[in-house]
Amino acid sequence: MNDGPVVVAENLRKRYGSLAAVDGISFQVGRGEIFGMVGPNGAGKTTAVECVEGLRRPDEGCVVVLGLDPWRDARALRERMGVQLQAASLPHRIKVSEALGLFASFYRRSADGNALLERLGLGDRRRAYISQLSGGQRQRLFVALALINRPEVVFLDELTTGLDPQARRATWDLVRDIRAEGATVILTTHFMDEAERLCDRVAIVDHGRFIALDSPAALVLQLGKEGRVVFETVGQDGTCQVNLASLGVLDGVFRVEQEGERIIVYGHGRDLVSAVVNALEAGGVRYRNLRTEQPNLEDVFLALTGHRGAAGLVLN
Amino acid sequence: MRGLTNLMWVQFKLYLREPTAFFFTLAFPTLLLLLFGAIYGNEPAPVFWGRPVGTVDASVPAYIGLIIGTVALMNIPVDTAANRESGALRRFRATPLRPITYMVASIAVYFLIALLGIAILVVVGKVVFDLKMYGSWPVVLAGFTLSALAFFAVGYVLASVARSARSALTLGMVIFFPMMFLSGAGMPVQMLPAGLQEVSKWLPLTYVVRLMQGLWYGDSLAVIAVPGAVLFGLLILGVGLAVLLFRWE
Repeated sequence: MNDGPVVVAENLRKRYGSLAAVDGISFQVGRGEIFGMVGPNGAGKTTAVECVEGLRRPDEGCVVVLGLDPWRDARALRERMGVQLQAASLPHRIKVSEALGLFASFYRRSADGNALLERLGLGDRRRAYISQLSGGQRQRLFVALALINRPEVVFLDELTTGLDPQARRATWDLVRDIRAEGATVILTTHFMDEAERLCDRVAIVDHGRFIALDSPAALVLQLGKEGRVVFETVGQDGTCQVNLASLGVLDGVFRVEQEGERIIVYGHGRDLVSAVVNALEAGGVRYRNLRTEQPNLEDVFLALTGHRGAAGLVLN
Repeated sequence: MRGLTNLMWVQFKLYLREPTAFFFTLAFPTLLLLLFGAIYGNEPAPVFWGRPVGTVDASVPAYIGLIIGTVALMNIPVDTAANRESGALRRFRATPLRPITYMVASIAVYFLIALLGIAILVVVGKVVFDLKMYGSWPVVLAGFTLSALAFFAVGYVLASVARSARSALTLGMVIFFPMMFLSGAGMPVQMLPAGLQEVSKWLPLTYVVRLMQGLWYGDSLAVIAVPGAVLFGLLILGVGLAVLLFRWE
């Protein structure tokens, strides 16, 4: 088994008519890594991943996965990779256990399907039709299908879209488990928090390009050490009790924003919080819910693209 | 190999779980036979070219055409388009399953289902109406195989042309329903007015009915050569078009 990168992609390009869905993407993914592509819907994440999987043929560029050409050596690669596709279902009247048994029969080696279902919390849904599963259960079944051949590399496309917060968290644990068992994971998501918590490295995708590629921490660091102090004023008659200008001149403060009762002080330095609190106390301002916020991937994304996208909301 | 047999078994079960497909292929022709058999009996009737055959003897080979038409023009286009629409075909493509294995499994399952429908029809005909067959079973089976494969190919062409399962259903009905009534599959062509009998000569299913009836009665090669040649041509044309047009996604 080689220790080289699991995926090497160089200068991938894919056009649909006049639209460059993937516009010159290069990256490598190391063994045992969780690699994420994050970006708004339509950024080209799925197309890029499908080029790597060998489901689409790039117009230009070169891909090697596990030392194989995904197009020429498609069958050999498919034996060793697991795929969860963004938009793919199975016939409604197929049962969970049948689907798993069917997919297991396509591969030379396969995992224990029952153990897999048990682990994914589908043990008691074995006899259910696919049409009877909830959204989360269905997603987990597709994860089970992606793992049935004990793959070395697993592709998960928009795995948690449509799941409730609890199911999303359970799914994250699952992805970490997959990696812990030695597989390499490549995922796409439009949730910034998901990419930040799950991925070792993240590529930020916009208009078919990688506009940034690094660990989430390093990406955030690029923004500078900007932090925020956020609090709400307790105003009489809803009027603001704070002299914004007096906060703006404090040491280390870049700027101050107001959203109704909420005041956001942007700045840096260890003393930012105490400086703000002291200023408020000195001014006799009544405030509540004062907290500090560290910049996150969301901020990086905003800074790099100018798109608006709230954590947990779909970016458009 | 394990993939092939597993796929066949699962597809067979999926078929039986689809009540409408199940009904029209496996039950409907037999119900028709019971209905018309009960009305007309199976005594030789002059309408059948003066042969010693009754309504049931004439209907069973015609209904073989009905079963082939249902499976080929309704089931195949709708199921295939639905599996493409849902992304199931795409999901299969991401596995080492060979496309040819998928096609072979599907075609084999449809073939066996049509055969099952015919077996039910023949057994009920025998038991209830003393159905008679004057030809040879292997030859009838060969004729059925040619007819089924030719029509299945047409079914896959329709599946390729249709954008969705719904349009596949519409397309299948538009093509199948006129043939059902005008080809002799649903009722004897001899009962149609002369003008419509002329139309029936242009419908491919007519040749399935002619071939199956010819083989059923043990007719000479001269009688079965034309429908056999027409269906062989359809098979070549259909397979060619299907290979050219078929889409996995």
